[in-house]
Amino acid sequence: MTMDTNKKLAVFIASAIVLAVLPFVVGNTLGNSWVRTIDFALLYVMLALGLNIVVGFAGLLDLGFIAFYAVGAYTFALLGSPHFDIHLPFYISIPLGAGLAAMFGLLLGTPVLKLKGDYLAIVTLGFGEIVRIFMNNLNAPVNITNGPQGINLIDPIQIGGVSLGKAIEVFGFSLNPVHMYYYVFLFLTVVVVIMVYRLQHSRIGRAWVAMREDSIAAAAMGLNIRNIKLLAFALGALSGGVAGGLFATFQGFISPESFGLLESIMILAMVVLGGMGHIPGVILGAVVLTIAPEVLRDVIGPLQMHTFGKMIVDPENARMLLFGAAMVIMMLVRPEGMWPSKRRAAEFKDAKKG
Amino acid sequence: MDIFLQQILNGLVLGSIYALIALGYTMVYGIMGLINFAHGEVVMFGAMVTITVVTSLMNAGVGLPGPMLVLIGLLVAIPACMLLGYSIERVAYRPLRGAPKLAPLITAIGLSIVLQQVAILIWGRNYIPFPAILDHETIEIFGATITKLQLGIVALCLLLMIGLLVVVEKTKLGRAMRATSQNPAVASLMGVNVNTIISATFVMGSALGAIAGVMVATNYDQAHYYMGFMIGLKAFTAAVLGGIGNLGGAVAGGILLGIIESLGAGYIGDLTGGFLGSHYQDIFAFAVLIVVLIFRPSGLLGEKMADRA
Amino acid sequence: MSEVLLKIEGINKRFGGLHALSNVSLHINKGEIYGLIGPNGAGKTTMFNVLTGLYTPDEGSFTFDGNDLFRAPPHVVVNTGIARTFQNIRLFHEMTALENVMVGRHIRSKANALGAVLRNKATRDEEAEIEAKAWELLRYVGIEDVAYERAKNLSYGHQRRLEIARALATEPKLLALDEPAAGMNPSETESLKALMEKIRDGGVTVLLIEHDVKLMMGLCDRIAVLDYGKKIAEGVPEVVRKDPKVIEAYLGVAHE
Repeated sequence: MTMDTNKKLAVFIASAIVLAVLPFVVGNTLGNSWVRTIDFALLYVMLALGLNIVVGFAGLLDLGFIAFYAVGAYTFALLGSPHFDIHLPFYISIPLGAGLAAMFGLLLGTPVLKLKGDYLAIVTLGFGEIVRIFMNNLNAPVNITNGPQGINLIDPIQIGGVSLGKAIEVFGFSLNPVHMYYYVFLFLTVVVVIMVYRLQHSRIGRAWVAMREDSIAAAAMGLNIRNIKLLAFALGALSGGVAGGLFATFQGFISPESFGLLESIMILAMVVLGGMGHIPGVILGAVVLTIAPEVLRDVIGPLQMHTFGKMIVDPENARMLLFGAAMVIMMLVRPEGMWPSKRRAAEFKDAKKG
Repeated sequence: MDIFLQQILNGLVLGSIYALIALGYTMVYGIMGLINFAHGEVVMFGAMVTITVVTSLMNAGVGLPGPMLVLIGLLVAIPACMLLGYSIERVAYRPLRGAPKLAPLITAIGLSIVLQQVAILIWGRNYIPFPAILDHETIEIFGATITKLQLGIVALCLLLMIGLLVVVEKTKLGRAMRATSQNPAVASLMGVNVNTIISATFVMGSALGAIAGVMVATNYDQAHYYMGFMIGLKAFTAAVLGGIGNLGGAVAGGILLGIIESLGAGYIGDLTGGFLGSHYQDIFAFAVLIVVLIFRPSGLLGEKMADRA
Repeated sequence: MSEVLLKIEGINKRFGGLHALSNVSLHINKGEIYGLIGPNGAGKTTMFNVLTGLYTPDEGSFTFDGNDLFRAPPHVVVNTGIARTFQNIRLFHEMTALENVMVGRHIRSKANALGAVLRNKATRDEEAEIEAKAWELLRYVGIEDVAYERAKNLSYGHQRRLEIARALATEPKLLALDEPAAGMNPSETESLKALMEKIRDGGVTVLLIEHDVKLMMGLCDRIAVLDYGKKIAEGVPEVVRKDPKVIEAYLGVAHE
């Protein structure tokens, strides 16, 4: 590494300070709705890092990743809402949801072990849809998920008697739920980042890459391909499950609509656009793809009013149009992603030459 | 018994449409090895353009019979969709040839979003009714009913599939397509212009997609900017079920999927003692797909891919 | 004195209508260099893939060092002590040479996901041991100066050596090499020969497939000859060389 320890420390402290004051700076300048967007960005970072284990590290194309998010979210919602009138604390329901999601990961992973590439993609996609359809319909004859209406009034996180669902005053500072959730999310995001970083730089991370590059050679080196694949599915699902639980409590409301194929695809786009397999790139991809549509939402309407004096194109429409176009252009200009690892960038350069 | 037959008939109609769309997926996959995620949008555009043409002709007071109007609509929609398919390949796929598989997947998804939004710009967010100009007269077959229109859909699908097979098996273009799908490098050494072949594949698939889109719209009497998504997904599932890259597989997968779905929707209530209702129709497609792929990892008619050491 | 390490009996392998191996039996003794030769298409590589668990034979028996390996999956075969290289070199191209060898240590290390995440002392120690061992092996095959190069940027000869180092990292009792000298010039071949003798003298039995009959005759302790999926001869090089069936297989009807 080229950076010396002092410089590293300085960067670390600087980013810690920026991350610590971010919600207040943003809240006071742009408004709390933007803090909310940042909270969502953190959730997506966790999701994208989870999917990155499966797609980026292990090279398994998963188009149904959102199912694990759904499992985490519904676990939290069912165990912490008036729906069943169960109110378990978050430190039980979040790990429970994550564990359940990991089990679903194994459940998905086991039958698809032998499938490759696009066959795997379509089966995972189908799996995601099956989970969503069940969430949508398990309201009769026994009402489990409350169907398309979803589950409402999900408990906010309570830490030491303080509910994150209501604003509180601390030393004259007003702390809104979006601020408090920010710190919880940030903490867990950092945990997930450390987790995936360490996995990547372990014998398990090496095994994933080896399998991705040449599964036959990997098997001939004694790697148990089945176990390595299942581990990738389970660990990816685990972080999806954590993010799902957090999403449920943060929103206070979930419905099957939040867990469609488009969401799975968005998370995949975060991974690929950011830089597959490269943790900083994936984080960047998640943040950009969460924030960009919101920026467009804020910019397009006023811009049209300013330029033309009236709305020419429905802002929502224009926003998605630009978003889709940006995805295409980004990929064409930088197929390796915005911030690829050095190794990956070199791979793409070679591929172009060849 | 007549419920059973009725569901088979319904499934056959649905399945032939799936098959027609699945051919578009499978042709592109066979040649380029990628999922053309934007194909569903081509189907949607086919439906939308046809409805627009038919409606404007009617508004202009052109007094032609319904089927003629639809035919004129198709004659506009097919070239439009062919152009669209051609452009999709040029914009989203050709620049990325040789790049790892996920890059074109993402451009395809981006392009899908763009095309849906363009459709909203042109046609709005609401369902557009298909003008009531086609005969919905029914025929009875052993106690089950089918409309003449549906019968026409199945017949036309059959005709188109045979036509496609003839093109692929008997013509020079078809031979070049098969050569390209087996080995693009060698095909180009043999004087095949691979770019032209790929474009031709997209154009042909899109033409079939346009027709399928109109069939969907006439069958359900409406069209919608989002209609391409679910139907595309099902058709792709059908293509994989049959063994992607294999034309016969796409047809078999499509029809099988249509029938399974339709039977499933008709019987799931009885099968589960009323626990699961017909809302679960969509589960069948995926459940069957998963089960088939577990036992036959390359689909029903797909070639077995052996790992070479 | 010669102790049998590997023994197969009556092995059959068919691909559709093709009978790639028919009723092949052979045994490899501990500490020898055992050669497998034969004209193109004789079934050498198929045999090799059977012996390394990549192909499952249809019938027969397969024991290695007291373990039954008939139809065992590759990771079990490797774990029991057979490691291999590939005829057309299958390295992990985007990984560095060092990392390639570290992957070979996978099966001899055991940190699980939890250990990797917690990075406890046992895991760190093991990781250090993996890296140290990988360095040692790179030195052993003589390519430690390219440890940080990506595998695909290595020269052909270095790639061959790296594959051997990676296989040795699994601590095999039997090292199976699939045409390691293919495409090498005489001086490279000569130094490869020295490496193989060094490996054998280090206590690892070597199984070798090679086209270069001259090299094989000079290097192997015993040789088996395959033709059309059948074993037509087996024994010390001097005897095999004079076997009329072998001479016919090589000189008689050309199979190419």
